[in-house]
Amino acid sequence: MKSGSSRERLAERAAKELRDGFYVNLGIGIPTLVANYVPDGMNVILHSENGLLGIGPFPHDDEVDPDLINAGKQTITTVTGASYFDSAASFGMIRGGHIDLAILGALEVSQSGDIANWMVPGKMVKGMGGAMDLVAGAKRVVAVMTHTDKSGASKLLKECELPLTGKRCIDLVITEKAVFEVDKAANRLILIELMPEVTLEEIAASTAADYVVDLK
Amino acid sequence: MDKSVASAAEALEKAGVKDGITLLVGGFGLCGIPENLILALRETGAKDLTVVSNNAGVDDFGLGLLLQTRQIRKMVSSYVGENKLFEQLYLSGELELEFVPQGTLAERCRAGGAGIGGFYTPTGYGTPVAEGKETREIDGKMYVLEMPIRGDVALVKAHTGDKHGNLVYRMTARNFNQPMATAAAVTIAEVEELVEPGSLDPDQIHTPSIFVKHILKGAHYEKRIEQRTTR
Repeated sequence: MKSGSSRERLAERAAKELRDGFYVNLGIGIPTLVANYVPDGMNVILHSENGLLGIGPFPHDDEVDPDLINAGKQTITTVTGASYFDSAASFGMIRGGHIDLAILGALEVSQSGDIANWMVPGKMVKGMGGAMDLVAGAKRVVAVMTHTDKSGASKLLKECELPLTGKRCIDLVITEKAVFEVDKAANRLILIELMPEVTLEEIAASTAADYVVDLK
Repeated sequence: MDKSVASAAEALEKAGVKDGITLLVGGFGLCGIPENLILALRETGAKDLTVVSNNAGVDDFGLGLLLQTRQIRKMVSSYVGENKLFEQLYLSGELELEFVPQGTLAERCRAGGAGIGGFYTPTGYGTPVAEGKETREIDGKMYVLEMPIRGDVALVKAHTGDKHGNLVYRMTARNFNQPMATAAAVTIAEVEELVEPGSLDPDQIHTPSIFVKHILKGAHYEKRIEQRTTR
Protein backbone atom coordinates (compact mmCIF):
# COMPACT_ATOMS: atom_id res chain seq x y z
CA MET A 1 0.00 0.00 0.00
CA LYS A 2 1.49 3.32 -1.08
CA SER A 3 1.02 6.21 1.30
CA GLY A 4 0.55 8.76 -1.42
CA SER A 5 -2.49 10.81 -0.52
CA SER A 6 -3.11 12.84 2.59
CA ARG A 7 -6.00 10.51 3.46
CA GLU A 8 -3.71 7.51 3.32
CA ARG A 9 -1.07 9.23 5.45
CA LEU A 10 -3.67 10.00 8.12
CA ALA A 11 -4.84 6.40 8.08
CA GLU A 12 -1.27 5.14 8.31
CA ARG A 13 -0.61 7.33 11.35
CA ALA A 14 -3.87 6.32 13.01
CA ALA A 15 -2.91 2.66 12.58
CA LYS A 16 -0.03 3.28 15.00
CA GLU A 17 -2.68 3.47 17.76
CA LEU A 18 -3.55 -0.20 17.20
CA ARG A 19 -2.24 -2.77 19.68
CA ASP A 20 -2.13 -6.53 19.46
CA GLY A 21 -5.37 -8.08 20.70
CA PHE A 22 -7.43 -4.90 20.38
CA TYR A 23 -11.11 -4.88 19.46
CA VAL A 24 -11.47 -1.78 17.29
CA ASN A 25 -14.29 0.18 15.69
CA LEU A 26 -13.39 2.20 12.60
CA GLY A 27 -15.69 5.00 11.45
CA ILE A 28 -16.73 5.74 7.90
CA GLY A 29 -14.28 7.49 5.53
CA ILE A 30 -10.58 7.86 6.38
CA PRO A 31 -10.88 5.69 9.54
CA THR A 32 -12.01 2.75 7.39
CA LEU A 33 -8.67 2.96 5.56
CA VAL A 34 -6.85 2.24 8.82
CA ALA A 35 -7.67 -1.43 8.24
CA ASN A 36 -5.16 -1.39 5.37
CA TYR A 37 -2.30 -0.51 7.73
CA VAL A 38 -2.62 -3.13 10.45
CA PRO A 39 1.01 -4.20 10.95
CA ASP A 40 1.96 -7.71 9.85
CA GLY A 41 1.70 -10.17 12.70
CA MET A 42 -0.62 -7.98 14.77
CA ASN A 43 -4.04 -9.38 15.61
CA VAL A 44 -6.77 -6.78 15.65
CA ILE A 45 -10.47 -7.61 15.50
CA LEU A 46 -12.64 -5.03 13.79
CA HIS A 47 -16.11 -4.34 15.15
CA SER A 48 -18.97 -3.25 12.92
CA GLU A 49 -21.81 -1.71 14.93
CA ASN A 50 -24.50 -3.28 12.76
CA GLY A 51 -23.59 -6.59 14.36
CA LEU A 52 -20.23 -8.13 13.55
CA LEU A 53 -16.88 -8.75 15.20
CA GLY A 54 -14.25 -9.73 12.64
CA ILE A 55 -14.60 -7.61 9.51
CA GLY A 56 -12.59 -9.02 6.63
CA PRO A 57 -11.58 -7.51 3.28
CA PHE A 58 -14.07 -6.41 0.64
CA PRO A 59 -15.40 -9.45 -1.21
CA HIS A 60 -14.48 -10.68 -4.66
CA ASP A 61 -17.35 -10.35 -7.14
CA ASP A 62 -18.55 -13.90 -6.56
CA GLU A 63 -18.48 -13.53 -2.76
CA VAL A 64 -20.82 -10.53 -2.48
CA ASP A 65 -23.66 -11.25 -0.04
CA PRO A 66 -26.48 -8.78 0.67
CA ASP A 67 -26.74 -10.09 4.24
CA LEU A 68 -23.15 -9.14 5.02
CA ILE A 69 -22.38 -5.43 5.18
CA ASN A 70 -20.43 -3.00 7.34
CA ALA A 71 -21.78 0.10 9.08
CA GLY A 72 -21.14 2.09 5.90
CA LYS A 73 -23.50 -0.34 4.12
CA GLN A 74 -20.63 -1.68 2.02
CA THR A 75 -20.45 -5.37 1.20
CA ILE A 76 -17.68 -7.09 3.17
CA THR A 77 -16.35 -10.50 4.20
CA THR A 78 -15.47 -11.88 7.62
CA VAL A 79 -12.26 -13.23 9.09
CA THR A 80 -11.84 -16.59 10.79
CA GLY A 81 -13.35 -16.50 14.26
CA ALA A 82 -15.92 -13.81 13.47
CA SER A 83 -19.27 -13.52 15.26
CA TYR A 84 -22.64 -11.94 14.52
CA PHE A 85 -25.06 -10.36 17.00
CA ASP A 86 -27.98 -7.95 17.14
CA SER A 87 -27.82 -4.15 17.41
CA ALA A 88 -28.64 -4.06 21.13
CA ALA A 89 -25.80 -6.46 21.94
CA SER A 90 -23.49 -4.56 19.59
CA PHE A 91 -24.03 -1.27 21.39
CA GLY A 92 -23.79 -3.03 24.72
CA MET A 93 -20.23 -3.87 23.69
CA ILE A 94 -19.64 -0.22 22.85
CA ARG A 95 -21.19 1.44 25.91
CA GLY A 96 -19.93 -1.30 28.19
CA GLY A 97 -16.34 -0.33 27.50
CA HIS A 98 -15.46 -3.54 25.67
CA ILE A 99 -14.25 -1.78 22.54
CA ASP A 100 -10.59 -0.92 23.10
CA LEU A 101 -10.32 1.77 20.46
CA ALA A 102 -12.65 3.79 18.24
CA ILE A 103 -11.26 5.89 15.39
CA LEU A 104 -13.63 8.36 13.82
CA GLY A 105 -13.81 11.54 11.78
CA ALA A 106 -14.64 14.96 13.24
CA LEU A 107 -15.81 18.41 12.23
CA GLU A 108 -14.48 20.03 15.42
CA VAL A 109 -12.60 18.92 18.53
CA SER A 110 -12.19 21.09 21.62
CA GLN A 111 -9.22 21.28 23.98
CA SER A 112 -11.25 19.47 26.65
CA GLY A 113 -11.98 16.56 24.30
CA ASP A 114 -15.47 17.51 23.16
CA ILE A 115 -16.28 16.40 19.63
CA ALA A 116 -18.79 17.62 17.03
CA ASN A 117 -19.20 15.44 13.97
CA TRP A 118 -22.88 14.88 13.18
CA MET A 119 -24.69 18.10 12.50
CA VAL A 120 -24.26 21.46 10.83
CA PRO A 121 -27.24 23.70 11.64
CA GLY A 122 -28.97 24.99 8.53
CA LYS A 123 -27.85 22.05 6.47
CA MET A 124 -29.84 18.86 6.09
CA VAL A 125 -29.14 16.72 9.10
CA LYS A 126 -28.50 13.08 8.29
CA GLY A 127 -28.33 11.77 11.82
CA MET A 128 -25.70 10.69 14.31
CA GLY A 129 -25.90 6.97 13.60
CA GLY A 130 -23.74 5.23 16.18
CA ALA A 131 -21.24 8.06 16.73
CA MET A 132 -22.65 9.28 20.06
CA ASP A 133 -22.53 5.78 21.52
CA LEU A 134 -18.99 5.17 20.27
CA VAL A 135 -17.51 8.36 21.69
CA ALA A 136 -19.31 7.80 25.01
CA GLY A 137 -18.40 4.15 25.36
CA ALA A 138 -15.14 3.12 23.72
CA LYS A 139 -12.13 2.88 26.06
CA ARG A 140 -10.03 5.14 23.85
CA VAL A 141 -11.34 7.48 21.16
CA VAL A 142 -9.15 8.88 18.38
CA ALA A 143 -10.36 11.63 16.05
CA VAL A 144 -8.88 11.85 12.56
CA MET A 145 -9.58 15.04 10.64
CA THR A 146 -8.17 17.85 8.55
CA HIS A 147 -6.53 20.50 10.69
CA THR A 148 -8.59 23.32 9.22
CA ASP A 149 -11.91 23.63 7.40
CA LYS A 150 -12.33 24.69 3.77
CA SER A 151 -12.10 28.36 4.73
CA GLY A 152 -8.82 27.72 6.56
CA ALA A 153 -10.32 28.06 10.06
CA SER A 154 -8.99 25.81 12.82
CA LYS A 155 -11.06 22.70 13.64
CA LEU A 156 -9.19 22.42 16.95
CA LEU A 157 -11.04 24.87 19.17
CA LYS A 158 -11.25 26.12 22.74
CA GLU A 159 -14.94 25.18 22.67
CA CYS A 160 -16.83 23.44 19.86
CA GLU A 161 -19.26 25.69 18.00
CA LEU A 162 -21.30 22.96 16.32
CA PRO A 163 -23.77 20.76 18.24
CA LEU A 164 -21.80 18.17 20.17
CA THR A 165 -21.56 14.44 19.57
CA GLY A 166 -19.99 13.92 22.99
CA LYS A 167 -18.29 15.74 25.85
CA ARG A 168 -14.76 15.15 27.11
CA CYS A 169 -14.41 11.93 25.19
CA ILE A 170 -11.58 12.39 22.68
CA ASP A 171 -8.16 11.10 23.76
CA LEU A 172 -6.06 11.81 20.65
CA VAL A 173 -6.45 13.96 17.52
CA ILE A 174 -4.57 13.21 14.31
CA THR A 175 -4.49 15.80 11.53
CA GLU A 176 -2.41 16.13 8.37
CA LYS A 177 -0.21 18.58 10.28
CA ALA A 178 0.20 17.11 13.75
CA VAL A 179 -0.87 14.75 16.51
CA PHE A 180 -2.29 16.04 19.80
CA GLU A 181 -3.12 14.30 23.02
CA VAL A 182 -6.07 15.72 24.95
CA ASP A 183 -5.22 16.63 28.53
CA LYS A 184 -8.78 16.70 29.83
CA ALA A 185 -7.79 17.59 33.38
CA ALA A 186 -5.78 20.60 32.27
CA ASN A 187 -8.30 21.52 29.56
CA ARG A 188 -5.65 21.76 26.86
CA LEU A 189 -4.04 19.79 24.08
CA ILE A 190 -0.50 18.46 24.07
CA LEU A 191 1.27 18.62 20.71
CA ILE A 192 3.20 15.36 20.60
CA GLU A 193 4.11 14.96 16.90
CA LEU A 194 4.59 17.10 13.83
CA MET A 195 3.97 15.58 10.43
CA PRO A 196 6.97 15.78 8.04
CA GLU A 197 7.90 19.31 6.96
CA VAL A 198 5.35 20.95 9.29
CA THR A 199 6.74 23.65 11.60
CA LEU A 200 5.71 24.78 15.07
CA GLU A 201 4.97 28.19 13.55
CA GLU A 202 2.54 26.61 11.11
CA ILE A 203 0.73 24.85 13.96
CA ALA A 204 0.58 28.06 15.96
CA ALA A 205 -0.93 29.89 13.02
CA SER A 206 -3.57 27.26 12.31
CA THR A 207 -4.66 26.10 15.77
CA ALA A 208 -7.26 27.92 17.86
CA ALA A 209 -7.19 25.53 20.83
CA ASP A 210 -4.79 26.01 23.73
CA TYR A 211 -1.91 23.54 23.60
CA VAL A 212 1.50 22.87 25.00
CA VAL A 213 4.37 21.37 23.05
CA ASP A 214 5.87 18.10 24.21
CA LEU A 215 7.24 16.48 21.08
CA LYS A 216 7.97 12.80 21.42
CA MET B 1 -49.30 -23.77 17.41
CA ASP B 2 -49.25 -22.81 13.74
CA LYS B 3 -48.71 -19.07 13.38
CA SER B 4 -48.05 -19.16 9.67
CA VAL B 5 -50.13 -17.06 7.32
CA ALA B 6 -50.25 -17.24 3.55
CA SER B 7 -49.20 -13.74 2.72
CA ALA B 8 -47.84 -10.47 4.04
CA ALA B 9 -51.22 -8.85 3.33
CA GLU B 10 -53.02 -11.42 5.48
CA ALA B 11 -50.56 -10.88 8.32
CA LEU B 12 -51.05 -7.11 8.25
CA GLU B 13 -54.82 -7.53 8.25
CA LYS B 14 -54.70 -9.94 11.20
CA ALA B 15 -52.39 -7.57 13.06
CA GLY B 16 -54.96 -4.80 12.70
CA VAL B 17 -52.72 -2.39 10.81
CA LYS B 18 -54.57 0.90 10.43
CA ASP B 19 -54.02 4.66 10.25
CA GLY B 20 -52.04 6.28 13.01
CA ILE B 21 -50.30 3.25 14.51
CA THR B 22 -46.64 2.95 15.53
CA LEU B 23 -44.62 0.40 13.60
CA LEU B 24 -41.17 -0.94 14.47
CA VAL B 25 -39.39 -1.96 11.28
CA GLY B 26 -36.20 -4.03 11.42
CA GLY B 27 -33.13 -3.76 9.22
CA PHE B 28 -29.94 -1.75 8.91
CA GLY B 29 -29.76 0.18 5.66
CA LEU B 30 -31.37 -2.24 3.22
CA CYS B 31 -29.86 -5.26 5.00
CA GLY B 32 -32.42 -7.45 6.73
CA ILE B 33 -35.43 -5.27 5.98
CA PRO B 34 -38.88 -6.92 5.82
CA GLU B 35 -39.27 -6.07 2.16
CA ASN B 36 -42.42 -8.11 1.52
CA LEU B 37 -44.22 -6.62 4.52
CA ILE B 38 -43.22 -3.10 3.46
CA LEU B 39 -44.66 -3.70 -0.01
CA ALA B 40 -47.86 -5.08 1.51
CA LEU B 41 -48.07 -2.15 3.91
CA ARG B 42 -47.97 0.19 0.94
CA GLU B 43 -50.96 -1.68 -0.53
CA THR B 44 -53.00 -1.26 2.67
CA GLY B 45 -52.84 2.52 2.27
CA ALA B 46 -52.58 2.91 6.07
CA LYS B 47 -51.36 6.44 6.73
CA ASP B 48 -50.24 8.81 9.51
CA LEU B 49 -47.87 6.07 10.58
CA THR B 50 -45.09 6.53 13.09
CA VAL B 51 -42.22 4.33 11.98
CA VAL B 52 -39.33 3.43 14.26
CA SER B 53 -36.47 2.18 12.09
CA ASN B 54 -32.73 2.78 12.14
CA ASN B 55 -32.84 4.11 8.56
CA ALA B 56 -35.47 5.19 6.04
CA GLY B 57 -34.55 3.02 3.08
CA VAL B 58 -33.59 4.58 -0.24
CA ASP B 59 -35.87 6.57 -2.55
CA ASP B 60 -37.29 3.56 -4.38
CA PHE B 61 -36.80 0.64 -1.99
CA GLY B 62 -37.56 -0.24 1.59
CA LEU B 63 -39.25 2.42 3.68
CA GLY B 64 -38.60 4.94 0.91
CA LEU B 65 -41.64 3.40 -0.79
CA LEU B 66 -43.87 4.51 2.09
CA LEU B 67 -42.39 7.99 1.97
CA GLN B 68 -43.31 8.18 -1.72
CA THR B 69 -46.92 7.42 -0.84
CA ARG B 70 -46.84 9.84 2.13
CA GLN B 71 -48.00 7.10 4.50
CA ILE B 72 -45.42 7.97 7.15
CA ARG B 73 -46.08 10.96 9.41
CA LYS B 74 -43.11 10.53 11.71
CA MET B 75 -39.81 8.66 11.61
CA VAL B 76 -37.72 7.70 14.64
CA SER B 77 -34.25 6.88 13.30
CA SER B 78 -30.52 7.27 13.86
CA TYR B 79 -29.46 7.98 10.28
CA VAL B 80 -31.45 8.94 7.17
CA GLY B 81 -28.69 10.19 4.87
CA GLU B 82 -29.39 7.81 1.99
CA ASN B 83 -32.82 9.16 1.17
CA LYS B 84 -33.31 12.33 -0.90
CA LEU B 85 -37.10 12.25 -0.74
CA PHE B 86 -36.84 12.15 3.05
CA GLU B 87 -34.97 15.44 2.96
CA GLN B 88 -37.64 17.10 0.79
CA LEU B 89 -40.52 15.89 2.95
CA TYR B 90 -38.75 16.89 6.14
CA LEU B 91 -37.83 20.37 4.94
CA SER B 92 -41.39 20.97 3.68
CA GLY B 93 -42.80 19.95 7.06
CA GLU B 94 -44.70 16.91 5.73
CA LEU B 95 -42.62 14.55 7.82
CA GLU B 96 -41.66 14.65 11.48
CA LEU B 97 -38.34 13.27 12.57
CA GLU B 98 -36.84 12.20 15.88
CA PHE B 99 -33.16 11.37 15.85
CA VAL B 100 -32.07 8.78 18.37
CA PRO B 101 -28.46 7.57 18.70
CA GLN B 102 -28.22 4.10 17.21
CA GLY B 103 -27.33 2.33 20.44
CA THR B 104 -29.99 4.19 22.37
CA LEU B 105 -32.55 3.24 19.72
CA ALA B 106 -31.63 -0.44 19.98
CA GLU B 107 -31.65 -0.35 23.78
CA ARG B 108 -34.96 1.52 23.94
CA CYS B 109 -36.51 -1.27 21.87
CA ARG B 110 -34.82 -3.93 23.99
CA ALA B 111 -36.11 -2.19 27.13
CA GLY B 112 -39.60 -1.93 25.65
CA GLY B 113 -39.64 -5.65 25.00
CA ALA B 114 -38.16 -6.57 28.36
CA GLY B 115 -40.47 -4.54 30.57
CA ILE B 116 -37.83 -2.00 31.58
CA GLY B 117 -39.29 1.40 32.41
CA GLY B 118 -36.27 3.38 31.26
CA PHE B 119 -32.49 3.36 31.60
CA TYR B 120 -29.54 5.69 32.10
CA THR B 121 -27.04 5.80 29.27
CA PRO B 122 -23.86 7.87 28.90
CA THR B 123 -24.66 8.28 25.21
CA GLY B 124 -25.57 11.84 24.25
CA TYR B 125 -24.79 13.47 27.57
CA GLY B 126 -24.07 17.16 26.97
CA THR B 127 -25.41 17.00 23.39
CA PRO B 128 -28.70 18.08 21.79
CA VAL B 129 -30.25 14.62 22.31
CA ALA B 130 -30.08 15.07 26.10
CA GLU B 131 -31.99 18.35 26.07
CA GLY B 132 -35.07 18.17 28.30
CA LYS B 133 -34.10 14.76 29.67
CA GLU B 134 -33.24 13.83 33.22
CA THR B 135 -29.52 13.35 33.83
CA ARG B 136 -27.69 11.98 36.82
CA GLU B 137 -24.23 11.12 38.01
CA ILE B 138 -23.54 7.47 38.75
CA ASP B 139 -20.10 6.55 40.07
CA GLY B 140 -18.65 9.80 38.83
CA LYS B 141 -19.97 9.53 35.28
CA MET B 142 -22.89 11.42 33.76
CA TYR B 143 -25.88 9.60 32.28
CA VAL B 144 -29.10 10.49 30.44
CA LEU B 145 -32.47 8.89 31.16
CA GLU B 146 -33.96 7.27 28.07
CA MET B 147 -37.43 5.74 27.82
CA PRO B 148 -38.49 2.42 26.34
CA ILE B 149 -40.07 2.14 22.91
CA ARG B 150 -43.02 -0.09 22.22
CA GLY B 151 -44.83 -0.43 18.94
CA ASP B 152 -48.32 -1.48 17.96
CA VAL B 153 -46.85 -3.72 15.30
CA ALA B 154 -43.29 -4.86 14.58
CA LEU B 155 -42.26 -5.95 11.09
CA VAL B 156 -39.12 -8.08 11.15
CA LYS B 157 -37.23 -10.26 8.72
CA ALA B 158 -35.31 -13.43 9.52
CA HIS B 159 -33.66 -15.93 7.24
CA THR B 160 -35.38 -19.05 8.56
CA GLY B 161 -38.36 -19.50 10.83
CA ASP B 162 -40.60 -22.33 11.90
CA LYS B 163 -44.38 -22.26 12.08
CA HIS B 164 -44.27 -21.65 15.82
CA GLY B 165 -42.44 -18.39 15.11
CA ASN B 166 -38.91 -19.33 16.16
CA LEU B 167 -36.46 -17.25 14.14
CA VAL B 168 -32.90 -17.59 12.93
CA TYR B 169 -31.24 -14.61 11.33
CA ARG B 170 -28.35 -14.67 8.90
CA MET B 171 -25.11 -12.71 9.20
CA THR B 172 -25.48 -8.94 9.70
CA ALA B 173 -29.16 -9.07 8.71
CA ARG B 174 -29.99 -9.67 12.37
CA ASN B 175 -29.34 -6.06 13.49
CA PHE B 176 -32.51 -4.34 14.76
CA ASN B 177 -34.78 -7.27 13.91
CA GLN B 178 -33.98 -9.06 17.14
CA PRO B 179 -34.72 -6.26 19.64
CA MET B 180 -37.69 -4.98 17.65
CA ALA B 181 -39.27 -8.43 17.47
CA THR B 182 -39.70 -8.26 21.25
CA ALA B 183 -41.09 -4.75 21.52
CA ALA B 184 -44.52 -4.62 19.87
CA ALA B 185 -48.04 -5.73 20.74
CA VAL B 186 -48.03 -7.79 17.54
CA THR B 187 -44.85 -8.95 15.79
CA ILE B 188 -44.96 -10.20 12.23
CA ALA B 189 -41.93 -12.05 10.91
CA GLU B 190 -41.22 -12.70 7.26
CA VAL B 191 -38.66 -15.34 6.37
CA GLU B 192 -36.91 -16.71 3.30
CA GLU B 193 -37.38 -20.29 4.50
CA LEU B 194 -40.41 -21.39 6.51
CA VAL B 195 -39.92 -24.81 8.08
CA GLU B 196 -41.81 -27.24 10.30
CA PRO B 197 -41.37 -27.04 14.08
CA GLY B 198 -38.51 -29.32 15.07
CA SER B 199 -36.44 -28.48 12.03
CA LEU B 200 -34.49 -25.79 13.86
CA ASP B 201 -31.94 -26.65 16.53
CA PRO B 202 -33.32 -25.15 19.77
CA ASP B 203 -29.76 -24.20 20.72
CA GLN B 204 -29.42 -22.01 17.63
CA ILE B 205 -32.66 -20.01 17.77
CA HIS B 206 -32.11 -16.23 17.99
CA THR B 207 -35.70 -15.06 18.59
CA PRO B 208 -37.85 -17.55 20.51
CA SER B 209 -41.41 -18.03 19.24
CA ILE B 210 -43.08 -16.26 22.17
CA PHE B 211 -42.28 -12.90 20.57
CA VAL B 212 -43.79 -13.70 17.18
CA LYS B 213 -47.53 -13.57 16.45
CA HIS B 214 -47.61 -14.19 12.70
CA ILE B 215 -45.01 -15.68 10.36
CA LEU B 216 -44.92 -15.88 6.59
CA LYS B 217 -42.61 -16.90 3.82
CA GLY B 218 -41.79 -13.82 1.75
CA ALA B 219 -43.14 -14.11 -1.78
CA HIS B 220 -40.07 -12.52 -3.37
CA TYR B 221 -36.72 -11.26 -2.17
CA GLU B 222 -34.79 -8.64 -4.08
CA LYS B 223 -32.29 -8.09 -1.22
CA ARG B 224 -30.94 -4.99 -2.84
CA ILE B 225 -27.36 -3.94 -2.01
CA GLU B 226 -26.80 -0.30 -1.14
CA GLN B 227 -23.01 -0.10 -1.57
CA ARG B 228 -21.71 -2.98 -3.62
CA THR B 229 -17.99 -2.85 -2.84
CA THR B 230 -15.52 -5.42 -4.16
CA ARG B 231 -11.78 -5.79 -4.23
